[in-house]
Amino acid sequence: MALNISISAEPIFNLGQFEFTNSMLVSLLVTLGLSILAISFSQYLKSGRKSSFFMFIQTIIESFYEFVQSIAPQQANRFFPLIASIFLFVMLASWAGLLPGVETIGLMKNIDGVKEFVPFFRGGTADLNITLGLAIFAVISIQVYGYKTLGMKYFKKFFDFSNPINFFVGFLELISEFARIMSFAFRLFGNIFAGEVLLAVIAFLIPIFASLPFMGLEIFVGFIQALVFATLTLVFINIAATSHH
Amino acid sequence: MSDSNVIVGATMAIGGLAPAIAIGLIVSKALEAIGRNPEAAAKVQTVMILGVAFAEAIAIYSLVVALILKFV
Repeated sequence: MALNISISAEPIFNLGQFEFTNSMLVSLLVTLGLSILAISFSQYLKSGRKSSFFMFIQTIIESFYEFVQSIAPQQANRFFPLIASIFLFVMLASWAGLLPGVETIGLMKNIDGVKEFVPFFRGGTADLNITLGLAIFAVISIQVYGYKTLGMKYFKKFFDFSNPINFFVGFLELISEFARIMSFAFRLFGNIFAGEVLLAVIAFLIPIFASLPFMGLEIFVGFIQALVFATLTLVFINIAATSHH
Repeated sequence: MSDSNVIVGATMAIGGLAPAIAIGLIVSKALEAIGRNPEAAAKVQTVMILGVAFAEAIAIYSLVVALILKFV
């Protein structure tokens, strides 16, 4: 029995040409769960009932709102929905990879004549495609917020023809936007995937009890990475939406 | 043990060295700042976590390269 580690998500079924992977399934379930939670939470707020579960959620949301307010004091209301959605999705999709049964229950499949183990579920952010999608979305929303606040003046940051030095600086700014996509995507994917490899290796060496402290570490890493992803998006949006000079 | 395993280990070892120093410097400076001005602890912490995340990203790049070398 060899250690089974796959760096990419495995397809579980095909929709025509389109391969539906196990990471997409988990992300879809997380999105569904978050949507149901959001709808029932708004109904709870309207009804005026008391429920300890929803009070707990309200505490989380309020403390996160205070955190957003401490970074962007004037525009917290504008940025909060986007930042909180990114934070909650990344955190839950990372934690979904730690649930029992994820990456362990699956089928043996023949892929190109080789028998391979294909699990039904895989942590949402342990797939580079999903983190890359999130990163592209985050960087595009940075540009959109910058444009909505400053208008066409925002793009003067990238294309400045006033003198050669400013032109070169603008060119570097343009490159740094693309570098942000890469660093967002690889930071999240690297952290979460490394955690799953760590858990797999520890469980392979010592099958019982030894993975417990590392589970705690991975819960912490999932939280910190979600916080870092959300904070970086917020800081970049805040910089983009503030006029300079 | 083949040569490629040595290269994977070396990637991780060299790639982890610089970010380790960087994170150490960032946190030590942040602790000095908090010690000098404890009221600003929350603000310093936010910036520190951002800085640590940037430094850590370098280690993660080398980790991704090592994982690709090892498993692909």
